[in-house]
Amino acid sequence: MTPRDRLAAWAEAWLGDRDADRVVPPSGQTAWLTVASAGAMAFLAVFALALAFAAGTLADRWSQGLSDALTLRMPTDATDAQVDAALTILRTTPGVAGATVLDDAAQAALLAPWLGDGVPVDDLPLPRLIDVALGDPGPDVEGLRLRLAGEAPRAVLDDHGRWRAPLVDAAARLRLLSWATLGLIAGVTAAIVTLAAQAALAANAEVIRVLRLIGARDAFVVRAFARRFTLRALAGAVLGTGLGALALAALPGAGDRIGLLAGIGIRGAQWTALPLVPILAAAVAALATRGAAARMLRRID
Amino acid sequence: MIELRDAAYDYGGGGLALRGLDLSLAPGSFHFLTGPSGAGKTTLLKLLYGELRPTGGAALLFGSDTRAMDRDGVSDARRRIGVVHQDCRFLDHLPVHDNVALPLRVAGGDVASRADDVAQLLGWVGLGARMHARPPELSGGERQRAALARALVMDPDVLIADEPTGNVDWDMSQRLLTLLAELNRMGKAVIVATHDLALIRAAKAQVAARVLRLSGGALSAAGADL
Repeated sequence: MTPRDRLAAWAEAWLGDRDADRVVPPSGQTAWLTVASAGAMAFLAVFALALAFAAGTLADRWSQGLSDALTLRMPTDATDAQVDAALTILRTTPGVAGATVLDDAAQAALLAPWLGDGVPVDDLPLPRLIDVALGDPGPDVEGLRLRLAGEAPRAVLDDHGRWRAPLVDAAARLRLLSWATLGLIAGVTAAIVTLAAQAALAANAEVIRVLRLIGARDAFVVRAFARRFTLRALAGAVLGTGLGALALAALPGAGDRIGLLAGIGIRGAQWTALPLVPILAAAVAALATRGAAARMLRRID
Repeated sequence: MIELRDAAYDYGGGGLALRGLDLSLAPGSFHFLTGPSGAGKTTLLKLLYGELRPTGGAALLFGSDTRAMDRDGVSDARRRIGVVHQDCRFLDHLPVHDNVALPLRVAGGDVASRADDVAQLLGWVGLGARMHARPPELSGGERQRAALARALVMDPDVLIADEPTGNVDWDMSQRLLTLLAELNRMGKAVIVATHDLALIRAAKAQVAARVLRLSGGALSAAGADL
């Protein structure tokens, strides 16, 4: 069997053959129900997929971004000599790429979201913050902490772990939720297609009886209905996916300042996942119709 | 080819019950099945083509007991049995030609290459000019002849007809009978259920038919008055 023959056999097994399809009378309402519901579900699936990708990106970004740096918080009454000593320790530690004391402007910028612009930093008892950039591989953080304790006993070395862990955990849960939503959408699609197929099968019970009486095997009857519903679901899902893709493309571009909301979108290689939505919808429809047809055939006999 | 051995069928609930049915449809045989309305003629025919499975005894289709056959097995056996139903049972959205070719299609045959055969068959039953009409556009006689053509398209070994002349006039009954007799002479086993005793009498001139009467749930040879 050539690859082309194999492909044709596979397509016939899943989509049914055109000859079998012809024996099913044309139908109106169930056709539109299937196309419209598959389209709507595909549209939602595109957004669930985009959310899953965004959550994954966010988890990576938070995990990666915050783990690339440490912050050394010197006490408010630390002397310049203590700060210099701490800087020396940091800059001579293997795995530390650089250490910079945040100036007043940088500290004011950090406080601006809570206290507004023009914060009189000089009048506030603020700790001196040292931003520590890490190399790859990073330093031995516990060893560094011990060395700093000798020169600046009340300094606190923050590896952002207590911030990072819940954020990464939240993003991971969001990603899981998105995949669960996709599963739910597939389930609802299957339920709708099953209902539409059952309605069509019930309306065509006499056709099925005639086919059985003239020697049609169950597989022929199943293929006849499966092809129709699979193609309808495929058509609706292609439309819904296309509209979803357009809507995603119209979203504002991602920016660090507005975080997750602007991050919902599909970028680069992620676009290649979109064609899977109509394929999945067609597969779900094919399975749902096959199941409904098999149950109907058992009932008829 | 098809045999009932002490077959019984009981619908349950005090309804129709057939019992002790013994019948063999051998190649070249011709049977008439008669009896009053509601006697169970159609039920007996359904046992013969596997739509019903006996609740007692056995029904053998080409040597296989229908109670042991799976659904595909029954379908395959039906391809060797042509059935003309009283109500014809067409797919009304397909033209007559496609309805007649339907058994070929469901059997996975190459319908396109058999188009001429189908047209020839329709010509033989006198429907050559009506092959593109839809079934609802046909008269009662035309529907019966189209149903006969559909029953024959697979060149079956057995032909089963359930009241084939029930909805047609006498002349058309005679034409259908002539066609059935011609098929019987080709070696096909034929069984015709009918309550039309005049048709049975008329058939005696054309075929050596065995006449069976179904009454009170049992099968017996019909009396000499036929």
